[in-house]
Amino acid sequence: MPVQLEFLKSIPYFSELNPAELDSVVRFIFERTVERGELILLEGEPTEVLYFVASGAVKCFKTSVEGKEQILNIMLPGDSFNDVSVFDGGPSPASTQAMGPVTLYGIRKKDLEIILQHHPQISLNIAKVLAGRVRQLMSLIEDLSFRHVIGRVAKILLEYAEDRRDSKPRLTQRDMAAMAGTAREIVGRSLKALEEDGTIRLDQNRIVITDKKALSEMAGASY
Amino acid sequence: MAEMPIIDPEKCNGCGLCVGVCRNNALILVNNVITIIEVKECDWCTNCEAVCATGAIICPFEVVIEGS
Repeated sequence: MPVQLEFLKSIPYFSELNPAELDSVVRFIFERTVERGELILLEGEPTEVLYFVASGAVKCFKTSVEGKEQILNIMLPGDSFNDVSVFDGGPSPASTQAMGPVTLYGIRKKDLEIILQHHPQISLNIAKVLAGRVRQLMSLIEDLSFRHVIGRVAKILLEYAEDRRDSKPRLTQRDMAAMAGTAREIVGRSLKALEEDGTIRLDQNRIVITDKKALSEMAGASY
Repeated sequence: MAEMPIIDPEKCNGCGLCVGVCRNNALILVNNVITIIEVKECDWCTNCEAVCATGAIICPFEVVIEGS
């Protein structure tokens, strides 16, 4: 399927480009489709492609030697990933996996360098994207260091419910555990505790936030 | 149609643990692969997901704010 200029414009990297400039970028972009569960990048592997999610959702995660997973971020349409490897030339710092059927747009490192030479104004957007990533990872460090698990789960639920993007995937308890840096069983217990407190209601496959104020307080003052 | 847990037959190793923990008898093994038979009865307890070592069955949640 041809790359949609309108969609390209919605990607933070390219938001400053006019239609003619976008047109010149399109020829460097290739499309890749990925099945649910397929690994896109493996931590530690060399890689030279910057990816943008065109449709679907991709999780970025680290795995411990014991096999425990820590989700760093969930990328939705318009989000980029593998920026770090493309810019510092190192191996992939984390693994990425499709959470459902996914379409990606990719740009090879050498082609990105050509684009940057011709459209240097993109650099500022890239700096903004990377700064946003640093901010998000700092927030994750804060969560893992200072918040109790139940507070982390409360924060995940609030952030998730308030994210209005259509393509956000539904979350399993295992996903929530990997985001909160804990075991699945602990997430299950936290959800039960939140339900007993009356802040959420488990309604079949829906987690309904019934007391947003109380849940926000549980998630911590900084939320 | 009611929502149901998502099964990945390629990941299922036919161990049958999920059949044993399903409190509503909604699961059976067919040709050594897990299959849902009683969708209406599934109350999303997620026990099947919890015991599945291969990640072949998952119970994802939608998260919403009441009244929004």
